[in-house]
Amino acid sequence: MARVNDRRPDPSELLRRVQAAERRELRGRLKVFLGYAPRVGKSLRMFDEGRRRKVRGQDVVVGAVQGPVSPEIQSVLERLEITPQAEGGAIDLIALFKRHPSVCLIDGLAQSNPPGSCNPQRWQDVRDLLDHGIGVITALNIQHIREQQDEVERITGKRAAHSVPRDFLHEADEIEVVDAPAEALLEGAEVVNMPSARQLLELRELALLLAADIIDRQLQEYLDEHGVVARWGAQERILVGLTPRSSAVEMLHSGRRNATRFHGALLAAYVEQGELNSADRARLDSNLALAREMGAEVHCLHASDFVQAILEFGREQRITQLFIGHSMRYGRKIPWRGPIDRLIDAADEFDVRIFPHRECE
Amino acid sequence: MKGKLKVYLGYAAGVGKTYRMLDEAQTLRQKGVDVVIGYFEPHGRKETIAKIEGLEVVPRRPVGYANTSFEEMDTDAILRRKPQVAVVDEFAHTNVPGCERAKRWQDVDALLDAGIDVLTTVNVQHLESLNDQVYDITGVRVRETVPDWVIDTAAEVVFVDLTPRALRNRLERGVVYAPDKAQKAMENFFTESNLSALREIAMRHAAHELEEKLEPALSANAPVGGHQERILVCLTGRPTAALLIRRARRVADYLQAGCLALYVCTETSGDVDERVKRHMSFARNLRIQTHVVKARDIGASITEFAGKEDVTQIFMGRSAPLPWYKPFEETLVQQVVRQARNKQITIVAERRR
Repeated sequence: MARVNDRRPDPSELLRRVQAAERRELRGRLKVFLGYAPRVGKSLRMFDEGRRRKVRGQDVVVGAVQGPVSPEIQSVLERLEITPQAEGGAIDLIALFKRHPSVCLIDGLAQSNPPGSCNPQRWQDVRDLLDHGIGVITALNIQHIREQQDEVERITGKRAAHSVPRDFLHEADEIEVVDAPAEALLEGAEVVNMPSARQLLELRELALLLAADIIDRQLQEYLDEHGVVARWGAQERILVGLTPRSSAVEMLHSGRRNATRFHGALLAAYVEQGELNSADRARLDSNLALAREMGAEVHCLHASDFVQAILEFGREQRITQLFIGHSMRYGRKIPWRGPIDRLIDAADEFDVRIFPHRECE
Repeated sequence: MKGKLKVYLGYAAGVGKTYRMLDEAQTLRQKGVDVVIGYFEPHGRKETIAKIEGLEVVPRRPVGYANTSFEEMDTDAILRRKPQVAVVDEFAHTNVPGCERAKRWQDVDALLDAGIDVLTTVNVQHLESLNDQVYDITGVRVRETVPDWVIDTAAEVVFVDLTPRALRNRLERGVVYAPDKAQKAMENFFTESNLSALREIAMRHAAHELEEKLEPALSANAPVGGHQERILVCLTGRPTAALLIRRARRVADYLQAGCLALYVCTETSGDVDERVKRHMSFARNLRIQTHVVKARDIGASITEFAGKEDVTQIFMGRSAPLPWYKPFEETLVQQVVRQARNKQITIVAERRR
């Protein structure tokens, strides 16, 4: 998890974004309905959006229908054109390329294709449709996102057989979360295969946070592309300012706890200012190691002025809280303004939290 | 028994909160539940209006104010009608002066007290603790707010999503507002980046509400890992005190910490003035216990109070710079940092736009 990061997107990252933007122009648009469990109503929402788009004049075709179809979904499907699926349930890619609708509705994104199909996985079929300039609206549950499967298994004790890589979601132009109370899912369900009410709550939370993270990333890309500097992000971002003698352990533990509770990010920065004696060096190294261990993004800044460096870095990283240790001198009354005072005076964008100095560290 | 509150949480007007709520009301009606519409704001949206078909509506009550007639929810009439479930749109609404209760959420509370379940709608920008953050993102100061604890008492918070693109399409098609208003809205509040940021905040808040339900043992003031956090807010009469209170409330909520506020009244300043009183009642509104201490030395009494109350973190605003003729004095922040040596001290940024 921990890594030393470059402070700005590097040229290859920028190039990747430009290329992605170019690809996007030619590519079909991808929209994903994301649900937290079966029966939450994703499929109905997806097909209903297709129906409404068709009413508004878009050329919409159904490419895949999944599982038992409820009467509600059936009545929506009756008003849509359907391209029949091939033997074994795979999407009939050839037929869809030929038909070339502007929007194709694909349910059950995580399905695997039978042997002998063009692609082993349905999400790869979707990628092909997009590459051919066909827009796709699809539906997916979080237990089918590969990177979430460990977490889902921890909650429910079960693991879905099929999965879609999270990267695929990052390609989506739009993700819509389908949220509903857990009780609505449990009502009239065959309880045997359903998670418990508590598990459903946890899955709901997981789905919302995943979507929030994806949106945050997309928003940041959008802001970068448009050269907009956001003053206060939607996510809490905590920066721990490390020095050799600060109470790093307490700050990092508190930082971790805060970041976890807020589902935010934890960063740690150290300002390199010339040579340290060996005892201070060792202390600093162990603090940096601890920061990495706690999953903080660790940055080393090079600057002659500690305060200026921390301020600039904090702004650049859209920090919402800065954790900093007491200066030793705060033990007595001082007639001049120290670095912490300067930080407080200048930090208008983020809170400054001052930690006590503990002697025995 | 108190009724159950179900909140449909959205991130902007037009995402479909009211529609979802009415959909639920129709489902309940079909199941034979006694549902009435207590208050519904159609905003001229055809699809939404069609959704109330067949539902009983309790007529609104005309209220005269400043020689104009307004219409408010008729809470007494709903109480007399006593349905199983009442549908009440726009939870954050402020009533016209002269009504029995100042806020609609207080009317809803009266319905809940009478054992009526309530379905309601609210946007994330109406949550008190997010007021400054929303202002910072959008430049719009939201006046109608609901204290967070009111939403926390809801049995269920459902997040109603729509992508910003779809919402902007709806605006363009004139579904949400009349065309001239829609155009203005899209240039100001409803920009793509504003909407994305609000949406992210709303999702995180909905997740936070779920977490509160998952860890009821942790909430209130239960110790966390044997270590209980308590946050003290140092009040002043300055306008920034409101920001300080909101921020402390939000951090305390997320850390599931206790939260209290202190105003130190110096002998020279005399009685607690009006501005401070307003801030204190605002804090109490957000369920922050307030205290007033009379003392000569503000810093020392903050430190003493924090020690006595087992406070772990002190929230303060930035001190005003010292006048040029007092270069060797300490600011209040400096004093507290020096004196309250074993506490964490948070200086809350003013985040001026």
